Amino acid sequence: MSEIIASMAGSVWKIVVSEGESVSSGQEVIILESMKMEIPLEAVTSGSIKKIHISEGDFVNEGDVLAIIE
Amino acid sequence: MIKKILIANRGEIASRIVRTCRKMGIASVAVYSEADKDAPYVSKADEAFLLGGSRVNESYLNATKIFEIAKLANCDAVHPGYGFLSEDANFARKCAKEDLIFIGPHPDVIEKMGNKVAARKLMELTGLPVVPGLSRPLIDSKEAAWEAGKIGYPVMLKAAAGGGGIGMQVANDEVELLKIYEGNQKRALMFFGNGEMFIEKLIENPRHIEIQVLADTFGHSVYLWERECSIQRRHQKVFEEAPSPFLDNETREAMGDAAVKAIETIGYYNAGTLEFLVDVDKNFYFLEMNTRLQVEHPVTEEITGLDLVEQQIRIASGEQLAFKQEEIHRDGHSIEVRIYAEDPVTFFPSPGEITELKVPQEDYIRHELAVHNRSVVSHFYDPMIAKLIVKGSSRLQAIQRLVEALDLYKVEGIKTNLPLLRQIAAHEKYQQGETTTDFIETYIKKNGTTT
Repeated sequence: MSEIIASMAGSVWKIVVSEGESVSSGQEVIILESMKMEIPLEAVTSGSIKKIHISEGDFVNEGDVLAIIE
Repeated sequence: MIKKILIANRGEIASRIVRTCRKMGIASVAVYSEADKDAPYVSKADEAFLLGGSRVNESYLNATKIFEIAKLANCDAVHPGYGFLSEDANFARKCAKEDLIFIGPHPDVIEKMGNKVAARKLMELTGLPVVPGLSRPLIDSKEAAWEAGKIGYPVMLKAAAGGGGIGMQVANDEVELLKIYEGNQKRALMFFGNGEMFIEKLIENPRHIEIQVLADTFGHSVYLWERECSIQRRHQKVFEEAPSPFLDNETREAMGDAAVKAIETIGYYNAGTLEFLVDVDKNFYFLEMNTRLQVEHPVTEEITGLDLVEQQIRIASGEQLAFKQEEIHRDGHSIEVRIYAEDPVTFFPSPGEITELKVPQEDYIRHELAVHNRSVVSHFYDPMIAKLIVKGSSRLQAIQRLVEALDLYKVEGIKTNLPLLRQIAAHEKYQQGETTTDFIETYIKKNGTTT
């Protein structure tokens, strides 16, 4: 199991995957947007998306857990 | 002369424009989003109106609302600043329909320069040297590989509608080019709604040097020397200075003359900037033209003694330029650094509340501030919170003054790039003028230590 963690404060711009979808390590899962900068968050392990905690447009803080991969 | 200007922008540039309006006896109208209601520029302007929500689409990009306010406040002109609507040709056209003077060039020229591949083609026709490469969009990745083979690797793949480094990537060989093509095209399509791609030969260890131009509507044009803006992070400028430590007078004049000839050919008026890459042998190549005031314009003002916003307003009011090329002075050396609310090592944004702000005061220091000592830096906008500009009689003196000023500069509560700026300013390679675009990658280690 691994977590997708927000690397900066900002809003969720795009959620590229959906719950239950299988992802491979290094794949873009969520894209954050802050101060005109877009930061893609990648899966650190391969597996399937167990849970997505946020929706597009939500504000998140640095360190927040956004999704779980199993 | 224009009597009342709506400033369709925010932050430091809005404050900057208010200052010149006041000096010229012109009334100023600020517009602001909910997130900006306590921003310094809002209280500085003669009048201020709420535009709407914090998102840029609800506020600074909401042209309809901007025109409503301009009517309500009886403005006769709009200054777009930089970013937002400043390079939106349709906005400039709508201004004319609303009987408002757009302080900038003709909308058709804005449109032409907005597409990098079209701008490249147009400037090539005026005789400006361009980077060896393609002056038309590519059909697909196969054609990219075919053309890149002819140009020779490494090449730079670029999005025609690109900006801020998005959709732009180096390919060292065919395998790499084929691998990166679609990803960059997808990004360009996603960000700019235009997936046109083109390629240019990669210029190794280049300098980014730009020429500031001014032209009136009577066909008179001049150049106000150059600015060197090579030190960048994520393809965005961090340090800017004038004059360039790299150019000799011969190259400087050749670039200025070529820039003036180009803008005269395309019928440009108001302020503009032609960006060039300059290689180690001082060959210069046109990169793109910015049809607006630039963030780094203060360094040009410091060495020429001219107020560029005033010149923009005079040109837009229908005045002729009051000076000729040979009357434009160049005195001393000026450096600007951009202070960003971001992690100094990863460059990730760091929005939040400022708890303390202290800036050094000297007659050779100029501040352009977007914030005050209790500002909340919002995640909705660009991370630039301030610009620090110093002047010296020589480059060495300007650097010494910059180092001292940075040491005294204090922003608490949020992360800023001040540690990075201090490292660069104090670095011997910077002092030697080794200001190539890969400066940060080459001389500043990933963990933030100096090499």
